[in-house]
Amino acid sequence: MFKLDQTQAPLYEALLEMKDSRLVPFDVPGHKRGRGNPELAEFLGKDCLDVDVNSMKPLDNLCHPVSVIGRAQELAADAFGAESAFFMVNGTTSAVQAMILYACKEGEKIIMPRNVHRSAINALIVSGAKPVYVDPGIDANLGIPLGMSVKSVERAMEENPDAKAVLVNNPTYYGVCSDLRSIVSMAHGRGMLALADEAHGTHFYFSSLCPPSAMECGADIAAASMHKSGGSLTQSSILLCAKSVDEGRMRQIINLTQTTSPSYLLTSSLDISRRNLALRGAETFRRVIEYARYARGEINKIGDYYAFSKELVNGSTVFDFDETKLSIHTLGTGISGMEVYDILRDEYDIQTEFGDISNILAYISVGDRPRDIERLISALADIRRNYKRPGCGLPSREYIPPEVEVSPREAFYSDTERLPLKDAVGRISAEFAMCYPPGIPILAPGEKVTGQIVEYIQYAKEKGGSMTGTSDIDTKTLKVLKG
Amino acid sequence: MDLWFTENHTSNVRLSIKVDKMLYSETSKFQRIDIFESPEFGRFLTLDGYMMLTEKDEFVYHEMITHVPMAVNPDAKSVLVIGAGDGGVARELCKYDSIKEIDIVEIDERVVAACKKYLPQTACGFDDPRVSVCFEDGVKYVRKCEEEYDIIIVDSTDPFGPGEGVFTKEFYGSCFNALKKNGIMVNQHESPFYAADRAAMKAAHKKIFKTFPVCKVYQAHIPTYPSGHWLFGFASKGPDPLEDVKTREWKKLKIKTKYYTPQLHAGAFALPAYVMEALEDVE
Repeated sequence: MFKLDQTQAPLYEALLEMKDSRLVPFDVPGHKRGRGNPELAEFLGKDCLDVDVNSMKPLDNLCHPVSVIGRAQELAADAFGAESAFFMVNGTTSAVQAMILYACKEGEKIIMPRNVHRSAINALIVSGAKPVYVDPGIDANLGIPLGMSVKSVERAMEENPDAKAVLVNNPTYYGVCSDLRSIVSMAHGRGMLALADEAHGTHFYFSSLCPPSAMECGADIAAASMHKSGGSLTQSSILLCAKSVDEGRMRQIINLTQTTSPSYLLTSSLDISRRNLALRGAETFRRVIEYARYARGEINKIGDYYAFSKELVNGSTVFDFDETKLSIHTLGTGISGMEVYDILRDEYDIQTEFGDISNILAYISVGDRPRDIERLISALADIRRNYKRPGCGLPSREYIPPEVEVSPREAFYSDTERLPLKDAVGRISAEFAMCYPPGIPILAPGEKVTGQIVEYIQYAKEKGGSMTGTSDIDTKTLKVLKG
Repeated sequence: MDLWFTENHTSNVRLSIKVDKMLYSETSKFQRIDIFESPEFGRFLTLDGYMMLTEKDEFVYHEMITHVPMAVNPDAKSVLVIGAGDGGVARELCKYDSIKEIDIVEIDERVVAACKKYLPQTACGFDDPRVSVCFEDGVKYVRKCEEEYDIIIVDSTDPFGPGEGVFTKEFYGSCFNALKKNGIMVNQHESPFYAADRAAMKAAHKKIFKTFPVCKVYQAHIPTYPSGHWLFGFASKGPDPLEDVKTREWKKLKIKTKYYTPQLHAGAFALPAYVMEALEDVE
């Protein structure tokens, strides 16, 4: 199934050889294999600092790879079924940014779901591109945003035939997938690029039990967070490109903002993790899914909790679901997700990924053990016993289509003033306003503040929803562009 | 030949026991299991290299973890034992005719198999028809019980490795839920002496103290455990181990013991000042 020999790990092997060569370092980093910083060497381990080195001939150079890094990236491309792959050392944020900078120049349009990650909107500030937002659909009971339906993407494409690209979350944080295959073919039919934010989908490439990956669906570019489900070090990520992408141009774009001293700890962790995934990924994720299914079954037996999964699939806004994501709806117990998240950490020494108003997400991975899963389930049962109270409803939320007046970049660089919420109607927002649930921006920089939006913010606050993003913590005032 | 078993009690202190021969060694799904024969302590069982019991001093541990709660409730009918794959607790429990069922939940089937073969002194506890053994994670088992037991005895390993789940708040919460009215939970409570053990002791006490209305600690002298000074936790939904102990009834049962006595029962709860202080710290 792979074209190359995936048992190799050229970058890792080159680092091992370098370690054995007893090279005398007269180059950076100045800690010189940890000798200059014994406290750090003791804390992180000498072996770790031994490979914290700079680019050198036998170790290649990430900015212009010609040997071991080049080969490691080729192996990664092969493992992920891509034409080319780039190791990224500033998180998936940098991969998303490169993807958008590649696809859109200043003033060009990109279609994206409203629940897109902050990094994508920030990338618009850098590139100057203009977003066309699509309603992701909301599950009113769970209070979570879903995926884009094919219909709503098609409508956005018809209304914006000049858009250069469409960006899809594959999947969302909660594990929801859109019909990526159909969206890709619609985009290609109109000469648009199809981009995928796979920050939460690295494992899709290595398990037939998961929804299909972006490369499999024919997408042009995908940003895959290797450090999440892939097992590499925090901050390392991979950008994947199909044949349609000009590799040289992409490298130029990446090098605009990428450090010239990329960490070999990060890049070697990508090389080793890629090898693990290629050799053992299928078995690993089979086990992860087994853990998640077991935990879900047990949690749903406790009562009042709802650990949701594939039963949400509805053919449009939830085209598929990633079973490895253990999202648990907590409102049946009367306890908010944020509270459960805090209680788990403070009282039970269990750290989960996040808690929102109505849900928590427990991240299940290759590193879990059955006894840890038992602890999580027991802790949830104990929390219900100790804290259960009469339930509360969720504020209902209609999707308010945003009116993008100026590009996020223009809004970012404009002079602003602060106005009381009511007086901001008709002006252009300079900041984000997010509301949980369902965690979708109500306003983003460059968008018109309407009466409907102000009414909704007031309604959500009254109903106990939580507002974030605005510089005024209570969201009583809003920063708008100077008229 | 000079063959010794050595366990590090801290990174600076170790205990060594001269070994005649190794009787058994296996790495199970959960841990490494070893049984040795020694001139001083007879046979002894270690898990992942940590001393669990020796034939010579196991009576201290097993009597103290069993007879203290039983003397407070000599009419107990149903008892749940978590861990205890060696059978020692079951052996002591079987001395009470009032008990109708003894449910043992041990995570590692191989420990029971090895003890049955090489440690009959404790494993004889498995022979009584009232005893049933379930091979499951104790955390999982007890989560599903509701007001089922009069007494729960948590005979665990240390709070790292396979036993760590039974040192958690969620586990103590499940135990509370699994106990009947006036139920009692007794647990292996680590040692107050060395810093790492003391930290584990305090952490456990803090969690149990929050979960149960009655929460006391008592002690025994166990020569082969780190420092020799070992603690047990006594927690209950009502009965106090000193005020509510049924000494007269217990004496009538004429149970033969080697360590436990009614006087010792009272004395065991009289803790050294530094131990009381450490416990009060987290209350």
